[in-house]
Amino acid sequence: MRHLLSIADLGADGIEEILRLTDSFVEVSARNIPKVPVLRGKTVVSLFYEDSTRTRLSFEAAAKRLSADTMTFSVGTSSVKKGESVRDTLQTIEAMGVDAIVVRHGSAGVPVQVARWGTSAVINAGDGWHEHPTQALLDCYTIRQRLGSLAGRSIAIVGDIKHSRVARSDVLAFTALGAEVTLVAPPTLLPPSLDGWPVKVSHDLDAVLPTTDVAYLLRMQQERMTEALVPSLREYSTCYGMTSARADRLADTSLIMHPGPMNRGVEIAAEVADRPNATVVDQVRNGVPVRMAVLFLLLGSGSTLYDPVPDPATPDDETEHDEHGSAGA
Amino acid sequence: MPELVIKGGRVIDQDGDRVADVAIDGERIAEVGTDLDTAGARVIDAGGCIVSPGLVDLHTHLREPGKEDAETIESGSRAAVLGGYTAIVAMPNTTPAIDDAAVVQFVLDAGRKAVCDVHTSAAITVGRQGEALAPMAELAALGVRIFTDDGSGVQDDRLMRRAMEYAGGLGVTLAQHCEIESLMAGGHMHEGEWSSRLGIPGIPAAAEELMVQRDLALAELTGAQVHFQHMSTAGSVELIRAAKAKGLRATAEATTHHFTLTHAEVASYDPVFKVNPPLRTDADVAAVRAGLADGTIDAIATDHAPHTQQDKEAPFDQAPPGMLGLETALALALTELDLPIERLLALLSWQPAAIAGLTATHGGPIAEGRPANLCVFDPTARWVVDPATSASRSRNTPYAGRSLTGRVRHTVVFGEPVVIDGEVQR
Repeated sequence: MRHLLSIADLGADGIEEILRLTDSFVEVSARNIPKVPVLRGKTVVSLFYEDSTRTRLSFEAAAKRLSADTMTFSVGTSSVKKGESVRDTLQTIEAMGVDAIVVRHGSAGVPVQVARWGTSAVINAGDGWHEHPTQALLDCYTIRQRLGSLAGRSIAIVGDIKHSRVARSDVLAFTALGAEVTLVAPPTLLPPSLDGWPVKVSHDLDAVLPTTDVAYLLRMQQERMTEALVPSLREYSTCYGMTSARADRLADTSLIMHPGPMNRGVEIAAEVADRPNATVVDQVRNGVPVRMAVLFLLLGSGSTLYDPVPDPATPDDETEHDEHGSAGA
Repeated sequence: MPELVIKGGRVIDQDGDRVADVAIDGERIAEVGTDLDTAGARVIDAGGCIVSPGLVDLHTHLREPGKEDAETIESGSRAAVLGGYTAIVAMPNTTPAIDDAAVVQFVLDAGRKAVCDVHTSAAITVGRQGEALAPMAELAALGVRIFTDDGSGVQDDRLMRRAMEYAGGLGVTLAQHCEIESLMAGGHMHEGEWSSRLGIPGIPAAAEELMVQRDLALAELTGAQVHFQHMSTAGSVELIRAAKAKGLRATAEATTHHFTLTHAEVASYDPVFKVNPPLRTDADVAAVRAGLADGTIDAIATDHAPHTQQDKEAPFDQAPPGMLGLETALALALTELDLPIERLLALLSWQPAAIAGLTATHGGPIAEGRPANLCVFDPTARWVVDPATSASRSRNTPYAGRSLTGRVRHTVVFGEPVVIDGEVQR
């Protein structure tokens, strides 16, 4: 695998491999010094055209725990503001010598274009409405951690599926691992065509809940109202929100998941988000080892995960000082 | 004594199909016959080739004035003659828009120095803003025969009705780019299976079909001559078919890309496949082909729309729509459409010539006394599309690397052999 652009690049075997690797990195993360030198000398750049503090931090934490050098190209302070094209920015970054580029962009397909134009490994950290593969991987890991396996599980993805890159990646990943996925949303928040999607569709959350092992709630955005996709947030919450009453009707073992950031009181009742079967914090926690696994798979040169980290006093350690400069200056 | 003889070709026009030599004297055809005397004349070999009336494109974006880094009237005309076109109709979505006498005159003046015969459409509304009528009578007096806001459609129902009524008094044709903006707003590809999968906002087929429906109703109301540009959906083709059966004076065109490519191409996220109206489904492609075959669609147009590499290398939803077409249209028709060659030439030459009001000079027949606007092509020659060799200033062909059958060898514009053996002569 050279890039991670879509869950479709992985297939079931690829997903399994990443989840297995993740187990090792969870173990690494639990150590006193949660760091291994496997990507020492490698440089990972975050190229984020959209604000996303949590995904960016998670990737940077993952890279650092693998001893890679990290750089951040933030659009707000860079030459992009002066009208530089993605391709020119890419050329600039690659000229500095990088090994992997983590791309977040508001337009679908930009990571695919970056992979086509450049020479580095490209990881899609979310592109428009298209995909967010590492989110799906950490979701799979979280479900597996809690429920043992995805095979045969009923997963309801609830809410704004049409505009959700998380939903697109999750559908591919969950079904690849054998789960049965039901999309629960008003027709206006579903993709216009579901031809070829291995899913069921429901417009009735209450009918789906009793047989649901995982209720995956998506963020409902305010601007959907101005586009006349739903009449009001109140009506949306009434029909599709995970209220306390609905959460009570879930089996005790069923999970309530959310990719964050949550709108408490809209798609999820404030109290429900803090219940023991809500996995929001687990998902974030698992994000780091999952992304370590992805980076290791793309950049690792075969060094074992169990090499000790060099003593902090040795000169070797100098490469571990991270640079937070703007790459496009 | 003729100056030029095109020798030994199979001459096909609306009057028939025969092997003959075509002798040209000055701008006109002097004689058509077998074994013509070539003494003192320049002889162009047409052995194994078809000699047809020059092709006529109803839909060419020449980008001048305003976007000369993408195309000029001159460079676009070079691409045209390499594709066998002897006349092209420029679209008005330039900067400034072709909506007043000065800009029309500018385009026509620049066109006189171009390699092929350059005509221009003009905007229906001032600045293509859809608010007030452009000075259509003044522009018709300069020779404009087609009015369109192409790039977008006239959204306002009442304004479109008035435009049709007013145009009726001038004997000009209104051509519509059919897309309802409120339905397509924010869309960048056909809405359907692929847009859903790729996460790209879609443009539903209904955005086109609703405007076709409206304009057919308005044409019936006003009796206007209406031309429907780049019909791309099965529903549109069916609407036009039904309207023609009712006797409405409507004509329609389809582009080469709408009968050769589908929305599945967008899976590459390469904006070279972004175009308006968007590439549609297999069923739409089949319907457009059926419309071309049964006469519902009157013309193949290119919608040649050059864009610079930097503009097309944007994210898909930020890139401008449009693709090159002039140099590949004839070959695509020959390669992809299973139609008799006379039908293909009707769609590429004499029918568009009639829609553009150019039958006095273009579109044949190939007969003594007619202006010598001719295309000579080898219908069996195989070639591979190479964007680097295009005469256009832009490179945004969606057919790069595609193998096609049928290639233009010579093009004659008003008696001048402007293309010989695939090379532009000036």
